[in-house]
Amino acid sequence: MARRPRARLGGHADLERPRGGRDVKQAPGLSRERKLELYYWMRLTRSLEERLVSLHRQSKLVGGLFRSLGQEADAVGSAFALEPRDMLSSLTRNLGALLVRGATPADVFRQNMAKGDSPTRGRDLGLHFADLARGFLGHISPLGDMVAVMAGVTLSFRIRGEDRVGLVYIGDGATSTGTFHEGLNFAAVQRCPLVVIVENNGYAYSTPIASQTAAKRFVDKAVGYGVAGEQADGNDVLAVYDVTRRAVDRARAGGGVTLIELLTYRRRGHAEHDDQRYVPAGEVERWATENDPLDRYVRVLTDREKVEQREVESIDARVVVQVEEAAALAEASPTPEPADALRGVYADPPAVLPHWYR
Amino acid sequence: MAEITYLEAIREALFEEMERDPNVFCLGEDVGVYGGAFKVTDGLRDRFGAARVIDTPISEAAIVGAAAGAAHMGMRPVAEMQFIDFVASAYDMLTNYVATARYRTGIGCPMVVRGPSGGYVHAGPFHSQNAEAAFVHTPGLKIVYPATAEDAKGLMKAAIRDDDCVLFFEHKYLYRRIKGVMPAGDHVTPIGKARIAREGKDLSIVTYAATVWKALDAAEQLEREDGLSVEVLDLRTLAPLDDDAIVATVRKTNRVLVVHEDTRTGGIAGEITARLNESCFAWLDAPVLRVTAHDVPLPAAPALEEFVLPRTADIVVAARRVAAY
Repeated sequence: MARRPRARLGGHADLERPRGGRDVKQAPGLSRERKLELYYWMRLTRSLEERLVSLHRQSKLVGGLFRSLGQEADAVGSAFALEPRDMLSSLTRNLGALLVRGATPADVFRQNMAKGDSPTRGRDLGLHFADLARGFLGHISPLGDMVAVMAGVTLSFRIRGEDRVGLVYIGDGATSTGTFHEGLNFAAVQRCPLVVIVENNGYAYSTPIASQTAAKRFVDKAVGYGVAGEQADGNDVLAVYDVTRRAVDRARAGGGVTLIELLTYRRRGHAEHDDQRYVPAGEVERWATENDPLDRYVRVLTDREKVEQREVESIDARVVVQVEEAAALAEASPTPEPADALRGVYADPPAVLPHWYR
Repeated sequence: MAEITYLEAIREALFEEMERDPNVFCLGEDVGVYGGAFKVTDGLRDRFGAARVIDTPISEAAIVGAAAGAAHMGMRPVAEMQFIDFVASAYDMLTNYVATARYRTGIGCPMVVRGPSGGYVHAGPFHSQNAEAAFVHTPGLKIVYPATAEDAKGLMKAAIRDDDCVLFFEHKYLYRRIKGVMPAGDHVTPIGKARIAREGKDLSIVTYAATVWKALDAAEQLEREDGLSVEVLDLRTLAPLDDDAIVATVRKTNRVLVVHEDTRTGGIAGEITARLNESCFAWLDAPVLRVTAHDVPLPAAPALEEFVLPRTADIVVAARRVAAY
């Protein structure tokens, strides 16, 4: 396939990205079965989100809907490099990472519908949920905060001498926050076993990276913090896995923090309401046709791993069933009991008293 | 048992809790080798090592954020703000992350954020603040502000053992001026319980921290000069407020003066006054009055600071007005 014209790739057009099908042996440690699993998680992510879009259009969701269309490889490949005992903090477009960690499609539907049996019991929406047992902490809306929180999570691993690492995602936009700087610097100086992934998808809401930073590449920031830095093609799931795995191994071996920049592209707006008027004509379409992470990976699987089309299709069919079953479960879930709103602010007291007129 | 200072009482609590529970650790700017700007953590690093007494970069948001993350994992962090004024740099982390974590996710932040607070030391606008009111408004945080050495120790131990985040305000004017004899054994003061610092029957002064001592001085003067029997209620905990204790003293004396060192507008005295209006209107024989700092940043020059902050004489004047109504 011909190389795309360099000037027409959106927010990070000056970078040449390696493509699937190159000669380098990728993800040498992954069996054929595990490689198929990567495809399964990416397909599940996409199909689940497509189902969320239809529910959104039927006004069955509460709040906005944030897609990760085109970024599935970034989320799935990176989370796949962790062990179950590790901790991950996800971001807006890391549905795939949460699924890999063990969040279920029903969890995700219930969160988006603010159901009473959602992981946050209707208190928060979308991917804002957490489970220590499954090893993930969802983010909060003030971006950058989770870098500092994960510095503390991984500091606890170091203090206790536990063989565990942490992974936290940050968007290109949130690298401009103070908490990103403070958290990364803190983790670096404390040599916390933390992997920080900058997901460079070209835009922070409507703001292109050229308005976000004067740095040429986000990975260059690693130098300033005195940590290891690597950049990889975020739409190549095996490249994402490889680069994250190296960073995870480094962290586990006591090598401290790695800053990874993953180059990807946000094909939908910030949320579904966003009309993307700020995106140059043809940019989204070009990424969809030339650099879709699922299409690329299917080619890798069929060309290099000798996976047959019917194996891919059987995964697709399995995902459709799973998504439909989960959506039905969530639709049947109860809305929250209103008075539950007063419970759980503190461990003690367990509930706030209602006002006298309520 | 020998008397120890308010500051030493806090340090003693940290020592005992770190001995008792290996999950307790301290972090903050200059808390380790140097022992803290006021020496509250002096000796901790020698005893417990660098891994449990961590010198951090100048990063209040990261200090609080890292404490939250470690707390999620079962640690019991005690984070120092070198001066409580700087907690403003961690306001987002405390209010958006820490205060909401349990409610959102069921995963709490058992941690303490502590720091030297308050004025009367001529230290100017950035080393004298009382930041409590900014956080009293945030559900999910607990706030204590002790006045005595005994409470400084007992509340610190309770704060470390609490399963949620406790903001622990330490009054720097009291650090070395106030002493006490620590009760024997495992001295834990429950969070959420006020203390009657002086019994009285004619008038109640509701206050906390350094102004407890000014209220006690005023109460003595009022007894001596006016024959008034003044009760002083030391709140000790500002979130949650001990409504029962406040209501009890009002029902006893029927006249209330609320005193705090913090500025007036949006201060805790306003909240207490509103609660009394809602719950004790029929028990009041006089309007609730307030004695507070003036609504200005705290200036450094002694003449200016003394004009801005509440004085014993102000409390006497206001108490006489409440008593005479």
